[in-house]
Amino acid sequence: MTLQKEFFKGFWRENPTFRLVLGMCPTLAVTTSATNGIGMGLATTFVLVCSNLFVSLLRHFIPSKVRIPAFIVIIASFVTIVDLIMAGYFYSLHKALGLYIPLITVNCIILGRAEAFASKNSFLPSIADGLGMGLGFTLSLTVLGTVRELIGRGMIFGMPVFGPHYPALLVFVLPPGAYLALGLLIAIMNRITLREDT
Amino acid sequence: MKAILKLIVSLTIICVAAAVSLSFVHQVTLKPIAYQKRMEKVRALKLVLPAYDNQPEKNVLKVQGENGKALEVNLAKKGGKLIAVAFRVVSHKGYGGNIDILMGVDITGKITGIEILSMSETPGLGARIEEPAFKKQFVGKTLENTKWAVKKDGGDIDQITGATISPRAVTGAVHRGLELFKKKILPALKTKGASQ
Repeated sequence: MTLQKEFFKGFWRENPTFRLVLGMCPTLAVTTSATNGIGMGLATTFVLVCSNLFVSLLRHFIPSKVRIPAFIVIIASFVTIVDLIMAGYFYSLHKALGLYIPLITVNCIILGRAEAFASKNSFLPSIADGLGMGLGFTLSLTVLGTVRELIGRGMIFGMPVFGPHYPALLVFVLPPGAYLALGLLIAIMNRITLREDT
Repeated sequence: MKAILKLIVSLTIICVAAAVSLSFVHQVTLKPIAYQKRMEKVRALKLVLPAYDNQPEKNVLKVQGENGKALEVNLAKKGGKLIAVAFRVVSHKGYGGNIDILMGVDITGKITGIEILSMSETPGLGARIEEPAFKKQFVGKTLENTKWAVKKDGGDIDQITGATISPRAVTGAVHRGLELFKKKILPALKTKGASQ
């Protein structure tokens, strides 16, 4: 078990969005643009790294019978910290992500990593795991946001790329488009993996 | 018994530690958040009001608005003279929920600008009420010189291709705002002016 391995597994082999299909609520809801995807991903990464670190440090102190409430308190605290800091210093992003920031608390990736990894490993691998998983999540949300923004509005990061006459497929920015784009990306990823295996 | 005590003590310690750190972060971010909220208001006021030299965000007149609810009216002054006011109107007829609008009206009853403060209309369709092209058309309109409906309903306001509900909601709310200005705000301004 090397730190690198723990770090890089989140990007492809155990990618939270496309492989583990975890944290679908924020994934589907906020990825209407690439900027939103990055913002949500980085906020989640911060919470994930902090909660992994603390869960790992406290793993001998927390009795296993109350571990879930203890994890949730730790996670919710960091989510509130992110919420307050964003409201104070990144106001427009905070406005765009609005409701979904508090929902990071119930993102199953975070509780999942606390339970499956950080509560069984020491703090360095836990940080590597949190960072890798979080950045893998960020990358996935950004790709998903870019695809939806590009097809649905002809823009990347709010910049028009196809000119004003591009016939935007609006459905990709609307909720059904989230499922369509996610399905397409998972299919592409499976295709590549299948080819690697054979 | 001892086992339960251990559970209680460890969970309590974690919660207390969380509470302490949260109150600390809350203290630190209290000022920046208040500042951001104020700046947002100031930015919106600047957009809907003509050039002023006072601080309309602090210069507030309370008026009884629709349904007897208190309405905050921001006063814009230039050289000590009142030139325009700004106030919020809310439309409940949006496609995706309430549309919150800040509108500026000068003392002759002419609209100086409108700004969408918050809305949850469909991106790419109804949400285009946030685009300058849509908002600009309200400038200069009065209660009398305009037919207050979207073109589809036989009025003067340009709708947005593919979206009629959101522009209709905005039009209705701005129209109500102008009537409110005539009936409630203007009389209140006059009595305040007389008492000074």
